[in-house]
Amino acid sequence: MTRLSFAAALDSALAEEMRRDPRVFTMSTSPSPALLAELGPLRVKRMPISEATMTGIAVGSAGCGFRPVVHWRSVTFAFMAFDQVVNQACKIRYMFGGQRDFPIVFRANYATGLRSAAQHSQTGYALYAHLAGLKVVLPSGAADARGLLKSAIRDNNPVVCFEPSRIDPLEEDVADDGEGLVPIGVASVKRPGTDVTLVALGYMVYPALAAAEELSADGASVEVIDPRTLVPLDVDRIRQSVRKTGRLLVVDESPPTCSMAAEITASVAEDWETCRALRAPVRRVCTPAVPIPFSPPLEDFVLPDQARIAGTVRELLGYT
Amino acid sequence: MSALEPDACIEMYRQMVLIRHFEELALKLRLDDRIHGVVHPYSGQEAIAVGVCANLRVTDRIVSNHRGHGHCIAKGADVNRMMAELFGRRTGYCKGKGGSMHIADFDAGMLGANGIVGAGLPITAGAGVAAQLEGGDAVAVGFFGDGATGEGPFHESLNIASLLKLPVVWVCENNQYAAETPVAAGLAAPNVADLAAGYDMPGVIVDGNDVLAVYAASREAVQRARAGRGPTLLECKTWRHHGHALRDVMPPERRPADQIALWQARDPIPAFETFLRTHGLLNDEQMADIGLSIDQDLVDAVAFADASPYPAPEEALEDVFAL
Repeated sequence: MTRLSFAAALDSALAEEMRRDPRVFTMSTSPSPALLAELGPLRVKRMPISEATMTGIAVGSAGCGFRPVVHWRSVTFAFMAFDQVVNQACKIRYMFGGQRDFPIVFRANYATGLRSAAQHSQTGYALYAHLAGLKVVLPSGAADARGLLKSAIRDNNPVVCFEPSRIDPLEEDVADDGEGLVPIGVASVKRPGTDVTLVALGYMVYPALAAAEELSADGASVEVIDPRTLVPLDVDRIRQSVRKTGRLLVVDESPPTCSMAAEITASVAEDWETCRALRAPVRRVCTPAVPIPFSPPLEDFVLPDQARIAGTVRELLGYT
Repeated sequence: MSALEPDACIEMYRQMVLIRHFEELALKLRLDDRIHGVVHPYSGQEAIAVGVCANLRVTDRIVSNHRGHGHCIAKGADVNRMMAELFGRRTGYCKGKGGSMHIADFDAGMLGANGIVGAGLPITAGAGVAAQLEGGDAVAVGFFGDGATGEGPFHESLNIASLLKLPVVWVCENNQYAAETPVAAGLAAPNVADLAAGYDMPGVIVDGNDVLAVYAASREAVQRARAGRGPTLLECKTWRHHGHALRDVMPPERRPADQIALWQARDPIPAFETFLRTHGLLNDEQMADIGLSIDQDLVDAVAFADASPYPAPEEALEDVFAL
């Protein structure tokens, strides 16, 4: 076991995959100096701040048999490349009848909770999850980050890897023997429970686990699920949990409209076996539909936290 | 291959006529409601696709724009499969998922037509990066119109191609109008080629209606790219014979009559016919035979398309993701 931060785990995953497969190359406005020294500027490309063209280069080179990894930095910069994602990367395989595969990884962080103000704090992942033709992963810890990024690089489709910046410094034990692959599309049960299913996305896993711990003192058993992959979503695992607990709360630090929280609750509601098992209304804890503000009391007010999560779980436990 | 070798000239002529007849037929098929959606005819611009692609190998790659039929044919695509795609049939290049605006033939090095103006330039740069990573001497050619110069990724792509010394040839087909907007109303510089200087690459203005001029200019650019000396921007001045696009009716003609007359007199096909006749490469009878043979091929292509099955409706759910 090696103690690794989330950020270091992502870096090591990229380096391992680049050593493993010579078709993998990376583009970034700020490449890792160590990786650049090891693998050279042809495969570790320092790029100008041209997100659209970096993204299009990934599409073009993937269609020629390479496996590009594009570091967008913040998802907010990736919006400069939206055409190349929405109209190109997502559609090109389908539109051309499957003539070629387009194995591409886009890495995007978001900095909610870090006093980064409106433009740098939006999660953005629901926008990408909405697009047919794109996989989306969202790890919440170092081991999952390493395993999911490695799986994304080996996947033959475009995959966006979302990386909550609040997790960057958090350390976790990561197995250093073996590949440590985490399959795309498989949720992780972070804490088993029987009374409420709490599905938490990205950094929200941490306040969700803290709330579950707090509630256990009251005798409530809360199951915490981290989907880890948003597309394809592990709907079966979530439904299975809800059929057991009869209560569902989704925690997503995004505005609620057309959010992943909306998608997860709909996926539960439209399955009768799961729906009929409900003993309480499904609930979401999201941010209100406002841009994320800068000042600490303002940001703390809009982001979901342990108190809001625990309070909502208590409400759900009130339905019997 | 030198352009002045008789066989090469005759092949270029054959391709130009094939493109013209394919386009006029596609237009008729659309107006007759036998094919669907939007058609962007390439008629008038044939010398560019043909002159450029005559310098390319199957291992070289091109990226096209919305007006892509000519690029497909010049890069070696099969007209039967192109026609079947226009008809929305399973035997089409994209199994009926693309249509006129999205034909691709990756095996022939044709990385696809694209409905988003300027979007092909970053993809071309990607094909250039791939060629560089492969370490051979393949090149990538990006075809786009004058309207693409209004898009940010045009400028980003020229800059990055020059920075990374990518083996890319940028081919701007300046047909004087970005849809309905005259080029001078959309671009501050007098010529698209003038922009090359800002990105430290050669910028060359070419008579886009003279196939031999296009061939010669692109040969130099392709050689430069193969030798690892980086990209070139070619601006081929040309004229499209028809409106920007048509659905079930021809769009109204808004371009000035005197400008139309000037350019129609410079149709690239009769101009090349004069050259071929003057140099004793083809006589009128031989040219007529080429036209008839092409027309028969196109009759066969329509028959192939018409006889091909539609995809099963549930095939709409296939090809989104690779396994």
